[in-house]
Amino acid sequence: MNKGLKKLTKRNEPYIFLVVLALALLIQFRSGQFFTGNNLVDIASAMVVPGLFAVGTFMVILSGGIDVSFPALASLTSYATTKMLLDAGYTGGIWLPILISLSLGAALGAFNGYFIGFLGLPALIVTLGTSSVFKGVMQGALNSVQLATIPPGMQAFGTSSLFVASNPLSGLTSRMPVAFLVFASVLLVSFLILRYTFLGRGIYAIGGNEVSAHRAGFNTRRTKFLLYVFVGMMASLAGLIRTCMMQQNHPTNMLGMEMNIIAGVVLGGTAITGGTGSLTGCMLGTLLIVIVENSMILIGIPTIWKSVFVGALIIIGTGVSAWQVFRANRVAKVRFFRKEVPTI
Amino acid sequence: MSGNVKASSLRGILAGRNAHIWRLVLVMVGWMAFMALTKYEKFYTLINFQTMASQFPEFGLMALGVMLCMITGGIDLSPVGVANLTAILMAFLLKALVGPEGGLPGYAIPLVFLLGALTGCLLGALNGLLVSKVRIPPILATLGMSELLAGVAIVLTNGNAVSKLPVDYALTINSRIGGLIPVQLVIFSVMAMLIWFLLSRTTYGTKIYLLGTNARAAQYSGLNNGRLLVKTYMLSGACAALGGLIMLANYNSARANYGGVYVLQCVLIVVLGGVSPTGGRGRISGVVLAIFLLRMLETGINRFPQISSYYISLIWGGVLLLVMVLDYLTNRGTRPGHGKSKAPGASAA
Amino acid sequence: MPESLLRAVGIHKSFAGVHALKGVDLTIMPGEIHCLAGENGCGKSTLIKIISGVYQPDAGVLEFNGKSLQKITPIDAILLGIQVIYQDFSVFPNLTVMENLALNSELSEKHKLVSWKRMRSIAQDAVTRINFDIDLDSIVGTLSVAQKQMVAISRALMFNARLIIMDEPTTALTRREVDALFRVILQLKAQGISILFVSHKLNEVFEISERFTIFRNGELVRTGQTSELDSAKFTYYMTGREFSEQKFIPGEIGKEPLLEVRNLTMRGAFEDVSFALRAGEIVGVTGLLDSGRSELALALFGIRKADSGAILVKGKGAAIRSPRDAVRHKIGLVPEDRLTEGLFLPQSIADNLIIAEIDRLAGRAGVFDREKRAREIERLVKEFAIATPDPQNAGQTLSGGNQQRVVLAKWLACNLDVLVLNGPTVGVDIGSKHDIHGILRDLARQGMGILIISDDLPEVIENCSRVLVLKAGKIVTEMDADHADEQRILAHMM
Repeated sequence: MNKGLKKLTKRNEPYIFLVVLALALLIQFRSGQFFTGNNLVDIASAMVVPGLFAVGTFMVILSGGIDVSFPALASLTSYATTKMLLDAGYTGGIWLPILISLSLGAALGAFNGYFIGFLGLPALIVTLGTSSVFKGVMQGALNSVQLATIPPGMQAFGTSSLFVASNPLSGLTSRMPVAFLVFASVLLVSFLILRYTFLGRGIYAIGGNEVSAHRAGFNTRRTKFLLYVFVGMMASLAGLIRTCMMQQNHPTNMLGMEMNIIAGVVLGGTAITGGTGSLTGCMLGTLLIVIVENSMILIGIPTIWKSVFVGALIIIGTGVSAWQVFRANRVAKVRFFRKEVPTI
Repeated sequence: MSGNVKASSLRGILAGRNAHIWRLVLVMVGWMAFMALTKYEKFYTLINFQTMASQFPEFGLMALGVMLCMITGGIDLSPVGVANLTAILMAFLLKALVGPEGGLPGYAIPLVFLLGALTGCLLGALNGLLVSKVRIPPILATLGMSELLAGVAIVLTNGNAVSKLPVDYALTINSRIGGLIPVQLVIFSVMAMLIWFLLSRTTYGTKIYLLGTNARAAQYSGLNNGRLLVKTYMLSGACAALGGLIMLANYNSARANYGGVYVLQCVLIVVLGGVSPTGGRGRISGVVLAIFLLRMLETGINRFPQISSYYISLIWGGVLLLVMVLDYLTNRGTRPGHGKSKAPGASAA
Repeated sequence: MPESLLRAVGIHKSFAGVHALKGVDLTIMPGEIHCLAGENGCGKSTLIKIISGVYQPDAGVLEFNGKSLQKITPIDAILLGIQVIYQDFSVFPNLTVMENLALNSELSEKHKLVSWKRMRSIAQDAVTRINFDIDLDSIVGTLSVAQKQMVAISRALMFNARLIIMDEPTTALTRREVDALFRVILQLKAQGISILFVSHKLNEVFEISERFTIFRNGELVRTGQTSELDSAKFTYYMTGREFSEQKFIPGEIGKEPLLEVRNLTMRGAFEDVSFALRAGEIVGVTGLLDSGRSELALALFGIRKADSGAILVKGKGAAIRSPRDAVRHKIGLVPEDRLTEGLFLPQSIADNLIIAEIDRLAGRAGVFDREKRAREIERLVKEFAIATPDPQNAGQTLSGGNQQRVVLAKWLACNLDVLVLNGPTVGVDIGSKHDIHGILRDLARQGMGILIISDDLPEVIENCSRVLVLKAGKIVTEMDADHADEQRILAHMM
């Protein structure tokens, strides 16, 4: 048992969990409003979209890559889907929109995957470029404007709830959206892929040492390609869910989210150089960012302080782990374990 | 795939040491020719070029800073945060300096530029310390700084624009020297020349190229990596701050969220300009060309009212991807380890 | 006549016009330990990659186990029973020993889903085959080099390997670890597995192999029984030159020490280390990999900090906290791994040469004196006979030996008093090794103090006027060159 405990303290997740817990307790003591049904449901519901993005971002960073194009990808696919269905006067259920989004997402993800996986170009630059292209297609070619109405099926999906939690003190109620189930199942599927398929182990292996992965018999190009396709699908799903939950499509308001998502994933202990990290940590890191963005108001800190906290969190969180790594390397004399560490 | 390419002379030039620069020149000349054929009267006017020259310095300066950081093997994602915070602080200062008749004292503008640049240096030094001493990967350190600085800017201004500035400031920066050359262009040129000089004529330049190539070997060669990094991020901060001061004049106001697209745009420019994202390689001429190219593309497209200006984003991303693929195609087989393990290279010999 | 396991005849391979292999032959018998030797760039790595399916030969016949190998992929090679253990071991530092061991076999069986139970039992089988005692759940990145190598060997054995190719397996191993490795190799041979042992270390070739093949410049020079080989022949086949190594005879030795170390201690690395180095001396420090020898080098150069003790330069206490301080006190370090620590490969030879003395070539505010810079580059290229048509070419265009000379020149340009070399000839072929020793001897005769930190005992014995032996962080003995021999040093080291 002692050995198990020792292993636990070496991992990152317990620390980030303690930080989340401390923040939650702080908010609870100051306001008495954190551990209330409606606040927890609010947080869960606010987790859905960032959570979906974070899962994809996590897998990409794990493989040693990075993706800054997912907000543009999600915006483009959700806009295109909504617009297409509106124009067609579609009145059916949520399945068709999901299907269309997923296929568009897969196609655009394949675009990223081709450049990164098959041509071996640097991921940051490629996704910067494709991000720009996706935006251009959406705003230029599709001439996007805000869509104030969405097809009834999507509307129904966005308003349907699993249950409603109410706060006896304030009388506020919050709905747990059905979309949370989608998020939970994506999380489960991703976990299973990462843990129990060789595609998933391949992502870890590539992040650890790409040349070795190739020699070991992983089809590294195809694995990376499929990874970006999968990530594109998840991002497009997140975009669609956001549209449904907001009951409208605003083409540009997801743009710029990439930085906070990446920050959450890295805060959760995922090494920016690839190879190490866990879904649990990634979710905890994202949760931390979501709580800071949503719940600080409960303790009387105005929302204008949000960025200050997120920024400080990123610097302190990454600073502490960077410093730990540096110290550990010194003490352990890891002289022959040199990985070419990409610097950006 | 054999790398046995029969090089025609044009191809020879395009694959040589200056290949990247030549490719950019080619794209630029092509675009200028296209504009000459289609919209000659509207594009080739003095006023159009003057306008362009007053617009690009704000992001051009930031891109110069990002370039320096990328040469050291890092990146700076905080230029917009630095620029906005500097602009806001200096806007407060300008409002405080304004005289009873609404005019500015003669020393005000030089003072604002001095203090602004110092602010930039200070914020950049923070980045540099986070990168070199705390050893946070640059992408994360500057990302966190960017968020933090934006946060401070929001808190200082409550998220609103700081406006109603003394008119003298905007008038001065927007004036043209000899009625011809925009002041913004002069500021940009001075910085660009300074950086060119630092990179090509001083030990600092050689040192940061080597540092970006192999930080470990740099340490083992007796270079002071920490100090070089701090210096570089300071310089980048100063560039961003000057960009912020130009934005302040161009918009005649300052706000926490101005220029949000510039962060990624700067990275794009720098990579398009031929700076290696892994460090150690890249020249200022390429980056300056890329800055011009972006401005000309955007302005040129605006001359076609039937085309949405949003297409610029599409073209821009497309050009970046195209250049990357061209690089990939020309380097395949000649540069080992660049692409896949399949590419045979010097390691095989 | 016994059937050969591997038969390669007339293999040709070119890359972008460079003829890497010019019709070489190689035959390996079942259960044989065969040594493939040759200088860097002789084509041995290319041949290995062809045998293991990474490259396709341009021409030639390749037969394995009586079957012709045509257009095979790395996976095909593995399934046929050909395993390569690369110098970097191809392990995943971020994964557990278990996964490292089991991944290859799982992949080759084209499993799509992971069974952790199956992986564990595969891994368990693998380590028991060579009695390798290790926690299967430990992360490979935290293991020692020797342990990583054992992981790689255990992994290779799982595919009913018939032929295991080891690419310079002893480079980063201690003497004791090399012995352990050789025992494993003999064990494998007993199981009927053939070993192709790639090395250019003479003593290893004699010690372990039965037959040898030597390449030079992409051509087969000689193949035969190891018993018919001797040191001089081996060197001659490898390099095409003849050398005679003689013991270093120092010139005039200074009276006062240039560098003196008193009770220097770094916790967890070395303690209470004291010695002195005089002008004209070459002092050797030797010890096992974990003896603290590398840390000592790093401490003298200010990269790692000692916890207590003093470093004196010319009799005065010197605070050496960074490489800059060391250079200021005229101490230079030629690091252990030249490719990652000593050179800027893609940058110009010129910049590589002047980087350590760069501040002296500039006037105020660091502005280069361009004429002085050009003269200095010209001088260094000439003085160190660096073979390049243009010093503006990238460092990676140079051959290995020339690259070594650049690293030396970089420091000698600074007019140092003391040069510390950590493993000066690790991974260096015989020809360049000889040249480097020559340079060091000349430098000592010119009055420099040289400290060679190395576990290459013949190197230490031949070149040093005194030898210090480090064991577990302490200096256990000091010997004169006349009294130093391998057996005695080894006895103190172990």
